[in-house]
Amino acid sequence: MTGLQKISLTLAAVLAVTFGVAAAQDDEALVVDLSESQIAITTGFTGADVLLFGATDGDGDVIVVVRGPTDVITVRRKERVAGIWINTESLSFSGVPGYYRIAASQPLETLLPEEIRQTFQIGAANIAVAPLETRPRDVELDFFNALVRNKQRADLYDAELGSVRFLGNRLFRTRISLPANVPTGRYTVEVFLVANGTIETRTTTPLEVVKSGFEEQVYSFAHERSAIYGLIAIILALMAGWFAGYVFRKI
Amino acid sequence: MSVYLPIAEMSVDVFLILAMGGGIGFLSGVFGVGGGFLMTPLLIFIGVPPVVAVATEANQIVASSVSGVLAHMRRANVDFKMGIVLTVGGFAGSGVGVTIFTLLRSLGQVDLLISISYVVFLGVIGVVMLAESARTMLRSRSGSGHYRKLHQHTWIHGLPFKMRFRRSRLYISALVPIAVGFCVGVLAAIMGVGGGFIMVPAMIYLLGMPTAVVVGTSLFQIIFVTASVTFLQAVNNQSVDIVLALLLLFGAVIGAQIGSKASGVLRGEQLRGLLALMVLAVCAKIGFDLVVEPNDLFSITGLADHG
Repeated sequence: MTGLQKISLTLAAVLAVTFGVAAAQDDEALVVDLSESQIAITTGFTGADVLLFGATDGDGDVIVVVRGPTDVITVRRKERVAGIWINTESLSFSGVPGYYRIAASQPLETLLPEEIRQTFQIGAANIAVAPLETRPRDVELDFFNALVRNKQRADLYDAELGSVRFLGNRLFRTRISLPANVPTGRYTVEVFLVANGTIETRTTTPLEVVKSGFEEQVYSFAHERSAIYGLIAIILALMAGWFAGYVFRKI
Repeated sequence: MSVYLPIAEMSVDVFLILAMGGGIGFLSGVFGVGGGFLMTPLLIFIGVPPVVAVATEANQIVASSVSGVLAHMRRANVDFKMGIVLTVGGFAGSGVGVTIFTLLRSLGQVDLLISISYVVFLGVIGVVMLAESARTMLRSRSGSGHYRKLHQHTWIHGLPFKMRFRRSRLYISALVPIAVGFCVGVLAAIMGVGGGFIMVPAMIYLLGMPTAVVVGTSLFQIIFVTASVTFLQAVNNQSVDIVLALLLLFGAVIGAQIGSKASGVLRGEQLRGLLALMVLAVCAKIGFDLVVEPNDLFSITGLADHG
């Protein structure tokens, strides 16, 4: 913890210098960097924390929005049929981010009016997804809310607003936590500089989550050459079983 | 120590998986059943997607069955001819089972299918086993030796394509073991089990095989059926997690060997009664989850996702 804080202070100091130079040259109002731009999922992966550092050129608050790669997600509703709960109605949405985190230096309501938050998809309730079938507005909303709720339960969307801390009045930092079940792909980290109820400026930084090494090889092997993968799985099992029988006969 | 499972896409504790494998392996060694019917629900319980649990468990059963069969082969307790005939039916059955599985997965009903199959089969088997072991215990207590025929003659014996199975001392129609193999193959694919707990009673009561060769032959046949399920699941659903399977089987083969040594010490009827109670407990848990109102009526699945 203290180690991280030390790193964060050093990085912030470096940023402050860079920022000072940048501001003098081309008047950059917002500078942002991540402690890592690529997260590798390896055998021991149990989740990761990415630190975001930034500097602003003046007064204002900061909102950080992290979005994972989008996918088509089907939401299903259970109903009681003959005493048991089974999936009946369903609705699919496209453009659903696999991961969504938001952090800000103040409560969102005090920073920006509702319309602007909707336009820029700030807050999980404002994520723009497209239903693949038309349903009455209230039904669609039910399914959308259920989608957000399920993602929150899986820790892929945050249930509450994360905090952006200012160190002094120009430097800020926040922590983006990626759980173990985080989807792989290209993420975007959007940072908004907000003042007087409007967005002054914004900047986008990419973040990549990739399976790496053994995990990646197994996964792509299973998907690209599934027949050979299946045969290997069987052969491994046969050998393991035979080996175990052999070893235990000796004992 | 945790390890990330590449196909299940989750992080699990290595020792938890090893302990689960060891525990279930011990039970399978003691009772001579594959243990899949306990392991698959356990895997789902710790958060492994049902699709991955079913496919991976089939792969693990291949290994446990091989090590089991080797032990039975040394005692000449395997009827290979019968095993091969059962396997013919089993291959066809597992193909049909995986097709049903894939179809229902796209309809979002696969979890329901898995749960219902478990409740029905575990319920029936559990009750039958419990009744049987209770009867045996009562009989041995009262001491009245009850005469039982080796096998009764029914319409089954009138079917064509008769074959002689020397090891099992049977002369019956090949259609019967093929049909039994087919049904068990379908179940193996849907439930992620070897099907031993259905196959063993079917062999004793439907085919009339002598008890001594039943377990070995059942294990022999299960190797092929679960291998076929593993292959078909890998091709259709890409849901076999090799890392999870290896961890499970490492625990399971060790547990099974210890279990089979322990089984010599313990009493038969009481063991069977205990297993029956365990089967009924799993059945009750799954059944309860089906009827009790879920916390959230809504659930989500992705296209590339499992479930």
